[in-house]
Amino acid sequence: MSMDDLRVTFFQECEELLEALEFGLLEINEGGGDDDTLNAVFRAVHSIKGGAGAFGLDDLVRFAHKFETTLDEVRAGRLENAPAVLKTFLRSSDILADLVRAAQEGTEVPPGPVEEVLAELETHLPTEEAAEDEEEDDFQPLGLDFDFDLGGDDDDAGPPVSGPDVWTIAFKPRRTLYERGNETVLLFRALAELGELSVTCDESALPALDAMEPGEAYLGWTARLATEAEEGDIREIFEFVEDDCDLTIALAAPEAEAEPEPTPEPVEIEPLAALEAEAPPAEPEPAAEPEPARAEAVAPKAKAEAPKATVRVELDRVERLINLVGELVINQSVLSQQVFDAGIAANSEVATTIDVFKQLTRDIQEGVMAIRAQPVKSLFQRMSRIVREASGATGKTVRLVTEGENTEVDKTVVERLSDPLTHMIRNSVDHGLESPEKREAAGKPAEGIVHLSAQHRSGRVVIEITDDGAGIDRPRVRQIAVEKGLIAEDAVLSDSEIDNLLFMPGFSTASEVSNLSGRGVGMDVVKRAIQSLGGRISIVSEPGKGSTFTISLPLTLAVLDGIVVEIGEETTVIPLTNVVETLKPTAEQLHSMGNGARVVRVRGDFVPVVDVGYELGFRDKAEGLDDKVVLLTESEGGSRSALVIDAIQDQRQVVIKGLQDNYGTVHGVAAATILGDGRIALILDVDSLVASATKTKTDPDHSLAMAG
Amino acid sequence: MSLKILAVDDSRTMRILIQSALSEAGFEVDVAEDGVHGLEVLGGIAPDVIITDINMPRMDGFGFIEAVRATEKNRTTPILTLTTESAPEMKARARNAGATGWIVKPFDKEKLVSVIRRVAA
Repeated sequence: MSMDDLRVTFFQECEELLEALEFGLLEINEGGGDDDTLNAVFRAVHSIKGGAGAFGLDDLVRFAHKFETTLDEVRAGRLENAPAVLKTFLRSSDILADLVRAAQEGTEVPPGPVEEVLAELETHLPTEEAAEDEEEDDFQPLGLDFDFDLGGDDDDAGPPVSGPDVWTIAFKPRRTLYERGNETVLLFRALAELGELSVTCDESALPALDAMEPGEAYLGWTARLATEAEEGDIREIFEFVEDDCDLTIALAAPEAEAEPEPTPEPVEIEPLAALEAEAPPAEPEPAAEPEPARAEAVAPKAKAEAPKATVRVELDRVERLINLVGELVINQSVLSQQVFDAGIAANSEVATTIDVFKQLTRDIQEGVMAIRAQPVKSLFQRMSRIVREASGATGKTVRLVTEGENTEVDKTVVERLSDPLTHMIRNSVDHGLESPEKREAAGKPAEGIVHLSAQHRSGRVVIEITDDGAGIDRPRVRQIAVEKGLIAEDAVLSDSEIDNLLFMPGFSTASEVSNLSGRGVGMDVVKRAIQSLGGRISIVSEPGKGSTFTISLPLTLAVLDGIVVEIGEETTVIPLTNVVETLKPTAEQLHSMGNGARVVRVRGDFVPVVDVGYELGFRDKAEGLDDKVVLLTESEGGSRSALVIDAIQDQRQVVIKGLQDNYGTVHGVAAATILGDGRIALILDVDSLVASATKTKTDPDHSLAMAG
Repeated sequence: MSLKILAVDDSRTMRILIQSALSEAGFEVDVAEDGVHGLEVLGGIAPDVIITDINMPRMDGFGFIEAVRATEKNRTTPILTLTTESAPEMKARARNAGATGWIVKPFDKEKLVSVIRRVAA
């Protein structure tokens, strides 16, 4: 695996860890969570730090380290989980996420907020911990510490000696050395790699065979090593065992080969003796004591629920599979069509098998789609950060309430929803909610609430963002629209039409650009983003009570249920989700308005008529509706229209083939599909069709169209 | 014969990092995600050296080392702890649990390999 692949893996893991981190912190923040939660939070930061270290991401390591240290204080029970501390942690997790992203994109995070939060973390640390921490901030592999000793030795040796130094190493292992899996012979083997080694063994402590205990260490060794290596290199070999043995390492006098008895220089022994004196307390004799304590700690952890087994698959493979299943669906309908054309009876065995085949295809398709489905939870979690930031920037106290986090949507949809949702949440806090003073004056609690929910509704996902703010200031919106030349001064607009002005390009309600929402992105961009996902957005607002933005999205971007209809010579598909009912209106139900507009009366309501064939230029305008069929459709905003078509052929699932790449956005057409007989049919975009039809026809009377 | 290593770490990145570093050096590497998983994996293999992280869910490194030391089969198998905790008390705890040595993250490949060779019989 290359370093680049590893980076990808690391950042993927970071995403998950950050999610777990935020989730854990929020759980604790809401009063839930136990030790396991805290441990998980700690581990998340810890793992990010570990990985970041491996990639040399120093900024990230530095921050994660401080974060981790503070978390550890809480874990160790030295720091209480007070709201102020938690707030710092939440901010820290935001900064950590920023740093991760910056590292991923190779950009810089402005140092201001980072230092600010670091300082904030610092305030929660006891002073000596903080000081100690400074020292430890740079993670260096241990080996480096030893290089200092040389200075002194060189002084002794006078000018740098040419040729190898000769070291005397006295080594007497204790039994713990072997118990921990170390091995004397390996140590000497490593020493031998440094230079010329001769070893003598001291067997004097060896008892008689019958008194010998197998696990005990009886032997000691004295080694002479002639090497170019430095003392640090030698010490490093004994790094793991120095507390499990008696060890002296000393430079034999240069050219002192004649000296057979190793008399270590006193200068060297002293610090070592001091070290030894420290060693015994660290000796792990009371093995019985820590064991039960730790066993306790382990047991509850083992009980924690095991994560569901998962498989990681490259997205490309899933895409390929989805494409193939799409082809399978088409192939299946071609087969059905051919069987039908061959005149085989519907109750024949072939027909029954085809039906089963159809069902299986559908099941496979659903199964494949489910692979790409993802709960919106991660998305919603990100929004809680947005709310925190926005409330910090505006000085408003805001609570985000989320609902339906486990609602699943296609992965692409979840990803591409992030930006528009972020913008809308910011808007809700910035423009939607009033300041605490104003809220209190209006008799509302000072804390504003932004409600974010997701749910499945008739084959689509509906996401709602509701604030309990002042609602849309319609006179002001209208005035701005007039000022910006978006509407005529004397235009007569319904409330909902005024609200929809927010989605017009070039509209921004904030009179001065606030540092929050005013980032050059308007609601028109949000709307376009939602539309590009095959979704729709609408707004409902009540003065003094707040506003609700509703986003409705398809579950998947690959297939849809549609009604296959004939219009003129053409076969087209109308998405089933748009259609409320079908009817054949009588002549009495049809009413003509002025300027050529017509309405159909349906159970007391007047619904504007849209002649699809005429609008799309497939045929001339249908005069009567006697030989036509009407599809009653409903848009997200709730307004209804009566689409006039020639005949209904079938209702079936179709695979969406995008047109946008090759043809751009075609008004009234959402995409195309391939039918069972191999012909291509356009999939209509009902909303845009209705919008353009009613606009062209009823300018002064526009409000009537909405009245339906 | 190449050395067999078991690496236990809850971080996917770390597992891959260790695995690629050690495979490159010609070692055979098995991995596990936490202490509990590590013990499971250990049931089916006989590694020459075990490398384990300390902070892990379900069973941490200390618990894992103790559990490994408690088995007859791996009573003296070298166990290296791989951890960012370079603090002395962490090392002491790891040693008390029965760890052979330690490697401080971030490690460099050569050092990791040389340390493994140093403890491997």
